[in-house]
Amino acid sequence: MQSHLLSVIIFLPLLGLPALLMLRSDDHTWIRRIALAVSLAEFIISLAFLLPTFDSAIPGYQFVENHRWIGDMIRYHIGVDGISLFLVLLTTFLTPLAILCSWNSIHEYVKGFFVALLVIETAMIGVFVSLDLFLFFVFWEMTLIPMYFLVGIWGHTRRIYAAVKFILYTMFGSILMLVAILWLYNLSSGASGAVRTFDLVELVGRLQRGDIVIPAHTELWLFGAFFLAFAIKVPLFPLHTWLPDAHTEAPTAGSVILAGVMLKLGTYGMMRFCLPLFPDSAHRMAPLIGVLAIIGIVYGALVATIQPNFKRLIAYTSVSHLGFVVLGIFSFTTISFQGAIFQMISHGVSTGALFLGLGMIYDRRHTYEIKEFGGLVNPMPVLMSFFLFVCLSSLALPPLNGFIGEFLILIGVFQHHHAWASWAASGSVLSAIYLLWSYQRVALGELSNEKNRTLPDASGRERLILVTVALAIVFMGVASPLFTRRMQTSTDTLVQQTKGLQRNDATRSPGPAPALAAGQRMLLAPPQPLHDRSLTSTAPRTVQP
Amino acid sequence: MIQFPAEQLQNLHRLAPEIVLCFFGIIIMVADPFLGPAKQRILGWVAFAGTLIALISVRLMALDQGMAYNNLISADGFSIFVHVVIIGAAALAILGSMQYLDQEGIQRGEYYSLVLFAAAGMGILAGANELVTAFIGLEMSSISTYILAGFRRRAVKSNEAGLKYFILGSFATAFFLYGIAMVYGSTGTTRIDLVRDALETMIAGPQGRLDSLSIVGLALIFVGLGFKVVAAPFHIYGPDVYEGAPTPVTALLASGPKAATFALMLRIFYVGFGTTDGLWFWPIAISAVLTLCIGNFAALVQTNVKRMLAYSSIAHAGYILVAFAAGTVYGVAAVLFYLAAYVLMKVGAFLVIAHLGQRDEQRLEITDYAGLGTKQPVLAACFTLFLFSLLGLPATGGFLGKFFAFQAALDSRIVWLVVIAAINSVVGAYYYLRVIVAMYFWEPSKDYTPSKVAPALVLALSIAAIGTLYLGILPSHVLDYAKAAADSLTLH
Repeated sequence: MQSHLLSVIIFLPLLGLPALLMLRSDDHTWIRRIALAVSLAEFIISLAFLLPTFDSAIPGYQFVENHRWIGDMIRYHIGVDGISLFLVLLTTFLTPLAILCSWNSIHEYVKGFFVALLVIETAMIGVFVSLDLFLFFVFWEMTLIPMYFLVGIWGHTRRIYAAVKFILYTMFGSILMLVAILWLYNLSSGASGAVRTFDLVELVGRLQRGDIVIPAHTELWLFGAFFLAFAIKVPLFPLHTWLPDAHTEAPTAGSVILAGVMLKLGTYGMMRFCLPLFPDSAHRMAPLIGVLAIIGIVYGALVATIQPNFKRLIAYTSVSHLGFVVLGIFSFTTISFQGAIFQMISHGVSTGALFLGLGMIYDRRHTYEIKEFGGLVNPMPVLMSFFLFVCLSSLALPPLNGFIGEFLILIGVFQHHHAWASWAASGSVLSAIYLLWSYQRVALGELSNEKNRTLPDASGRERLILVTVALAIVFMGVASPLFTRRMQTSTDTLVQQTKGLQRNDATRSPGPAPALAAGQRMLLAPPQPLHDRSLTSTAPRTVQP
Repeated sequence: MIQFPAEQLQNLHRLAPEIVLCFFGIIIMVADPFLGPAKQRILGWVAFAGTLIALISVRLMALDQGMAYNNLISADGFSIFVHVVIIGAAALAILGSMQYLDQEGIQRGEYYSLVLFAAAGMGILAGANELVTAFIGLEMSSISTYILAGFRRRAVKSNEAGLKYFILGSFATAFFLYGIAMVYGSTGTTRIDLVRDALETMIAGPQGRLDSLSIVGLALIFVGLGFKVVAAPFHIYGPDVYEGAPTPVTALLASGPKAATFALMLRIFYVGFGTTDGLWFWPIAISAVLTLCIGNFAALVQTNVKRMLAYSSIAHAGYILVAFAAGTVYGVAAVLFYLAAYVLMKVGAFLVIAHLGQRDEQRLEITDYAGLGTKQPVLAACFTLFLFSLLGLPATGGFLGKFFAFQAALDSRIVWLVVIAAINSVVGAYYYLRVIVAMYFWEPSKDYTPSKVAPALVLALSIAAIGTLYLGILPSHVLDYAKAAADSLTLH
């Protein structure tokens, strides 16, 4: 029997919409309550039903639903595996927090705001669980519209510019991806003349079995189109310019969702589509992408350091942190994949938390300029202590969550490419500089601005948000094997898929690029000392490919 | 009881929608003088009933398919599909006109009968299997729409639109007629299916290729029909006429004649010249690129929303031409699906504009749309849906239309054309979003008092909005019909 759990999780937020739309638009209290109730129900369902019944030993997808949708070619095919499971949970976790943090800060068009948040939740979960390229694209585009309105209506002064820039940038990437999806569909019957399909599982299977052989240059184009769409979303240097604007102008909840989940749509897409569908091109382009990711890590960190606007600063840290994820993905080892997924979730929680805290400060002072602050810890000890805690998690202090992700990635990258790892590690150092320095300027020292003297400390609602996030941060840091264990099977499969074609490939393409050969040699002789005891549950399996 | 001979009855069945439309058109003409000026509005509902009965009578056509009147008219699946699209467009335009005409003080019966005659002409275009019959259909729809374009007699712009459309339009029809003459000179027939046979024999004959007369003939036909679908480089009149015509008429102009003319083009190019192996690929492809780029880039700089949508409908002709260029059965199906989706969203968008324009079409600038999202949330939401569909966002008919069009073209390995079209659709995103920015992100203007939305318009917009969503979410049925229709066209 097919379980409908995933469909329930996807569409539950939409079920809340009729209730919201029926309320009077000035009945703010009930609008908020219903939105919160729906998103909490969503979180509880995903935590209580999805997580425990997920079987980490099964390779492939679980909770699969597969129905005919449009003609014979497009199917409603969904499912989760170890890669998407935690991203779904991250989405359902952050949405109630985003709703809670906008409790008092949204005064205009309250109904529309919460409707947008719920629609965006549906769309994001849809992206994470779609196994049909068409379905995936539909959800992918669906995420844009509510975010566009979130930034454009409830944003700050330059909101319209930011919203239009955001949507045009992303649409440009995704429309080329659409062409690539169609192209792939046309190629998908292959030599055997099977029925053409948009189904991801089927496509990957056919590629693995060699039923479809995509010519090398075509594959490169297809990879390029997919990768461009995802790289814009991540955003990878030099395609990141929309992000600081969108983040800075978005309302707090928008930033939380944008940084917390939407950026991961890009990195998730790379793992789910770019690698298994076009492994050869992924390997061929990996050196270039790795370099871009490293530039992003260092450049994002350096630019963040000098930002006078706190929110913009945190926006740039995302460029830096997501660079790690991309680097982990294009190192093609189990451990770096796990690190990448872990870093996605951990970045979602930490940066989400940074934006939440910043939103609370903004609610009091209505500015993000660092020079307006100073000594904030005096009037608001509780809020600023939590803020420090979140900063520490974001700069990867052991044993908090940020550390695990970066560390796993660095181990994986080191096996693949020594120099990359050392460059990337510098990003960790820089993150300490920009976060601690800015925290110092904002929170420590004497109170420099009289306006700040009477600011109230965190309210009960805000404390609830902060404590929840802090618990998540500690839990993820301490109990990381609980996460990585569930990813293991899926990341192993992904490694196989990325490598499997390589072997077939020797017969039809002139052989792997030199950089890749070096990488593979390193895989065979892993540096032993790197095996941290605390990570034994995840590390050893990567040793023998 | 009069007994019709079986063949005669068959002919009547196969021409039923046109007969119904003309019948209602004449009834309205006759009733017009007997009703006082206050009661003219009833005629609108009569016309709407006429379109509904015509839609039902399409069923007669479907039950009794085949050739009618000595092979002049073909009642096949293709013709039926296009008939539904065209009559639907006319019905929506009629619903959207009633309030508009009251507001402009030009509520007259002949308006509705002209719409019905135009629809009948378009129906003949869709079903014509013979070029001179097609010409009659073209004239019938064109002359009606010339008058409709100039229907606001006291407005300078409307006069300009009518005159411009009339002069340039008759010029284009002359091209079309000249093309027919040349094809006849070359092949000795004007029946499209026989043209196909004649050309086939010509290619198989000693020369081994087409003679120049038929090629020039096809080129002239393309000029004439390209004008009617507003494809570049024959698009110059488009924006002026669309902007000047009364807005509900623009809704009809942008949808009905375009769909009907594309149908005729498909029949001539795919059936008549279907065996000529890529003869017309390059003209169509180049015209597609020009149409896309001119339409989209010119729309970028418009501040008048009506004119912007006029350019946007030029751009949409470009997407249709992309599917057209595919040259396969799937391409025909994609064109048909696109037309269905396009008619719904375009008529819907123009009807919203017609309502918001208020008296004398004063409020058409983009600044007039500021804050509409708070003043008239439902209307703004409808308009947003149509704009998203025109833009091509998923879950709307416009997206799937583009999707199938691109797929058809990629299927024929025309990757470059698809990439150009795809990039163009992002350019298009900019100007559609600008209207949405104005509606939702700008402060409402103080001096604006929304006028009431009449029930007829509510009905029209609901049909268009629900149809747009239906085609976007559950397109299977319509797609199956489109495929069957495409098959029936190319089976000959």
